[in-house]
Amino acid sequence: MAEIETPGVLPKRESELREAFLEQVDIVPGGEKLRKCIQCGTCTGSCPVSYAMDLSPREVIARFRAGDIESILKSRTIWICASCYACTVRCPQDIKITDLLYALKRVSMEKKIRRSRSVYALSDAFVRSVKMFGRNWELALLTEFYLRTNPLNLIKMAPLGLRMLRAKRLGIWPERIKGRGDLKKIIERAEQIERPQERVAVRAVTDEVGYEAIQP
Amino acid sequence: MDYTYYPGCSISASAKPYDDSTRAVFEALGMGLHELEDWNCCGATVYMSVKETVSFAISARNLALAEKLGRDVVAPCSACYLVLNKANRFLHELPDLSEKVNDALSAAGLKYEGTVRVRHPLEVLVNDLGVEEITKRATKRLDGIKIAEYYGCQIIRPERTFDDQEFPQTMDQLFAALGAENVYFPMKVRCCGGMLMTTSDEVAMKLCYDLIECAKGNGADCIVTTCPLCHMNLAAYQDRLSRRFGMDLHIPVLWFTELLGIALGLDVKTLGLDHHLEPITDKIMSLAGL
Repeated sequence: MAEIETPGVLPKRESELREAFLEQVDIVPGGEKLRKCIQCGTCTGSCPVSYAMDLSPREVIARFRAGDIESILKSRTIWICASCYACTVRCPQDIKITDLLYALKRVSMEKKIRRSRSVYALSDAFVRSVKMFGRNWELALLTEFYLRTNPLNLIKMAPLGLRMLRAKRLGIWPERIKGRGDLKKIIERAEQIERPQERVAVRAVTDEVGYEAIQP
Repeated sequence: MDYTYYPGCSISASAKPYDDSTRAVFEALGMGLHELEDWNCCGATVYMSVKETVSFAISARNLALAEKLGRDVVAPCSACYLVLNKANRFLHELPDLSEKVNDALSAAGLKYEGTVRVRHPLEVLVNDLGVEEITKRATKRLDGIKIAEYYGCQIIRPERTFDDQEFPQTMDQLFAALGAENVYFPMKVRCCGGMLMTTSDEVAMKLCYDLIECAKGNGADCIVTTCPLCHMNLAAYQDRLSRRFGMDLHIPVLWFTELLGIALGLDVKTLGLDHHLEPITDKIMSLAGL
């Protein structure tokens, strides 16, 4: 856990991460409900993969409130979530936990605090495929992924690849859409667009948890 | 009854039998399925976690193209279904996001007003045509076959769209009406691991083991799914799972459209049943007329 020297005052790095996270929370409809968490643990109990996490979903919220986002971003938790939304639908306070974990992933990638090379490599390969062809070319996606993470896995996966090929279920060639140029323009324009930050909502959440984002 | 069909990337390659059987079932039931011309990837879960505004913009291109046609969109892949629905809801609830996304779309001369309904084929068949009507048109009974209906996550969560989120019944009722026996399967909405099979395979293997062990332990002849990725995880790794957990974890995994197609008298080739990775047992094959 990042050291907090003066009670009530967050270290500069923590305030920066906090701000980046709250900006991301702001994109999620209902994201501000984060502050209504009663720490009941229903999320953790409903999560099929919490056993493999180092921080449980409940603990993620507790650490955020305690002013320790850095340890969340470094945890395995945000990369283990499989997006099954079991926590989200069972949360008695209607907190969008899965979406909050997405927000944390985005901050972690943006701030280059990536613990999981593998998820990053997968996203990267996926984004490239969509930009290039307009569709996901599964074969190239997985080949690139294994090459970048653990090339030995290519050998491990080869028999499955051959079975897929025999079953005529492996796309040897990419499917390209005609509107590739259009899609590229849309993505480029969207990348340029910054959504205005709603400072009011950010401050509301910050105040609720008892910390002000002051730079010491 | 006419619909705009959004197949999605998986269905065009690795889940081809789901595509074949969906088209065949809709045709056999006299429901028009018209593929959306020049659709692009929905963005899936991966894009959603990287750049949110961009992911909504690429989803919205599909919605904008579909909007011009004025029909409901049918998306058989659970991830496409979720992502397109989520984009719809976020764009509806966040006017400023909608403005930005439309700004991005305008770079390609498109605009999205937000009027498209995105639906899953299971829901379309059961609600627009009805279990009674489907049963009437079936030429074959599924008597004697025991199934574990597996709904997975993303067609019932996070939104409550057409069924209960803890104990969905749409498929159970459909196949029971067609003569099948539903085994006790409390894992019907438990996660299969999704993309974790690629990024963290040990975790996903455990989840798939839980599902198959439960279905087999309760006497199912097959698992029925509604999603390309659930199918891949449950069907493609059965050898590895059996070795890893020291028990026989082989079981046929059918897409619901394949089983429904069997009841409608469609043949093995039309349904793509000969393109499976896991062994399809004689019991299923003989039901399918082989």
